[in-house]
Amino acid sequence: MAAIGLFFFIPVLAALVLSFTDFDIYALGNFSVARFVGLRNYVQIFNDPLFWKALKNTLYFLLAGGPLSIAVSLGAALLLNAKLVRWKPLFRFVYFAPVVTTLVAVAVVWRFIYHPRFGLLNYALGLLGINPIDWLGDPNWAMPAMILLAVWKNFGYNMIIFIAGLQNIPAELYEAASIDGAGFWQRFRSVTLPLLAPTTVFITIITMIGYFQFFAEPYVMTQGGPLNSTLSIVLLMYQQGFRWWSMGYAAAIAFVLFLFILLGSAAQTWLQRRRAG
Amino acid sequence: MRTVKSLGLHAVLLVLAVVTMAPLVWMFAASFMASGEASTFPPPFFPAHPTLKQYVELFTRLNITHYVVNSALLSLSVTALSLLVNSMAGFAFAKYRFAGRDKLFKLLMASMVIPAQVTMLPLFLMLNKMGLVNTYFGVIIPGLASIFGIFLIRQYALSIPDSLIEAARMDGAGDFRIYWSVILPLCKPILITLAIFTFMGTWNDFLWPLIIMTDDAMYTLPVALAGLAGEHVQDTELMMAGAVMTVLPVLLVFLALQKYYISGIMAGSVKE
Repeated sequence: MAAIGLFFFIPVLAALVLSFTDFDIYALGNFSVARFVGLRNYVQIFNDPLFWKALKNTLYFLLAGGPLSIAVSLGAALLLNAKLVRWKPLFRFVYFAPVVTTLVAVAVVWRFIYHPRFGLLNYALGLLGINPIDWLGDPNWAMPAMILLAVWKNFGYNMIIFIAGLQNIPAELYEAASIDGAGFWQRFRSVTLPLLAPTTVFITIITMIGYFQFFAEPYVMTQGGPLNSTLSIVLLMYQQGFRWWSMGYAAAIAFVLFLFILLGSAAQTWLQRRRAG
Repeated sequence: MRTVKSLGLHAVLLVLAVVTMAPLVWMFAASFMASGEASTFPPPFFPAHPTLKQYVELFTRLNITHYVVNSALLSLSVTALSLLVNSMAGFAFAKYRFAGRDKLFKLLMASMVIPAQVTMLPLFLMLNKMGLVNTYFGVIIPGLASIFGIFLIRQYALSIPDSLIEAARMDGAGDFRIYWSVILPLCKPILITLAIFTFMGTWNDFLWPLIIMTDDAMYTLPVALAGLAGEHVQDTELMMAGAVMTVLPVLLVFLALQKYYISGIMAGSVKE
């Protein structure tokens, strides 16, 4: 407990204090150089075009990648949960394997898969008659490339949780719906989705928290480029804090990120409560 | 009708499986290619003449042994120490009545939404003052206690009947004795689960070791790989060998202990 207090709660408070100071590289040697500057860092964030860019990119990643990854997870879970399917453990293992891999390593791998000339993706698209895309070099395609990698890497995790949720739905409900003449879509909409709602809310929250912290993919593949089109909030915080040593400013960025995560989680929980009650 | 449906289902599953596995299989295949082979057109999927040259290069010229040892040492020590800390804390939360226990536990649960990035800057400054930047301790210490770990152990320990603890106390066992000889053996499955999570989490972690390790010799595999990938943009095959070295250990651990890992996800998803 003391360890958590020492290495978690104190740092959270310290970070809050830090975010109200102009702590920089000079203060690193001598803490007393840092001065309180009140809300200046937060005002600066508000006026920093790079921050807005990073926020926009992070929200793009979250709002496009999140639902897509949840949809793929649910689809895979529904398929794997079908009675007719054989070799379930094998498929489950295959879908789950990317989840346990090291993000940095697979980002290195995908950087080559996205190679405009020799990459496998463009080659495969070429077989379908689609012209090569400069995935990581084109500001319009760099984010979709990040999202594709993230969905590939993560869908197995939520799939496992969805499968557990699906198995908790009593089989009688499906039988009753079938007897009433409900087709596949009707059963899906009026039995599966409502009963899966708590699972879906949980998954939405953890996916959102994870996607807000989007960092290693752009760090390894694009360094935030091209033209800052993949700069994320955490990458901006890292650059400000540990490359330029503007730690006061970086701490303020971290708190703004925290605020967004808090608001997002609260909104999800509120929506769920309202629907249930 | 049934067979058609079953065939269709399996076809979709198979396509998804092929798409999911392709990047990983290609990573293995390309790591056995000769230098420059991957950068030809049309891009080859499998090596024409498999060679171990890239691995030899990794271990001789790039000295990757260093990073493997760092990663293994750190992951194993974080796993061992955090199991000890989290199991004690989880046991205390489950079985001891102390003032404010439930409030404290709720506070811990609520703080799970605080992103780790918030604590990283002050932690860095703290460790810097203590002279622990660029040391193994600097990486190990923040990983010791995890809220998720305490939660997992607590949920599991709640199911241990109080009468067992009472009986041990009657026999004259002290608190530590009860924890060590009664609680720990009973918690074995959840301890294995937590061990896998911690090991993989530490092995795969990137941001924190990137921040805390400033000297090349102290890098973990992911940090070293990210650096090398920046320098050796053209050496596709060499980087694939590096990626294999980084991914293989966690994949093997997962393959061997799948059951425990999956049950950990389930336990984490049924909160409250």
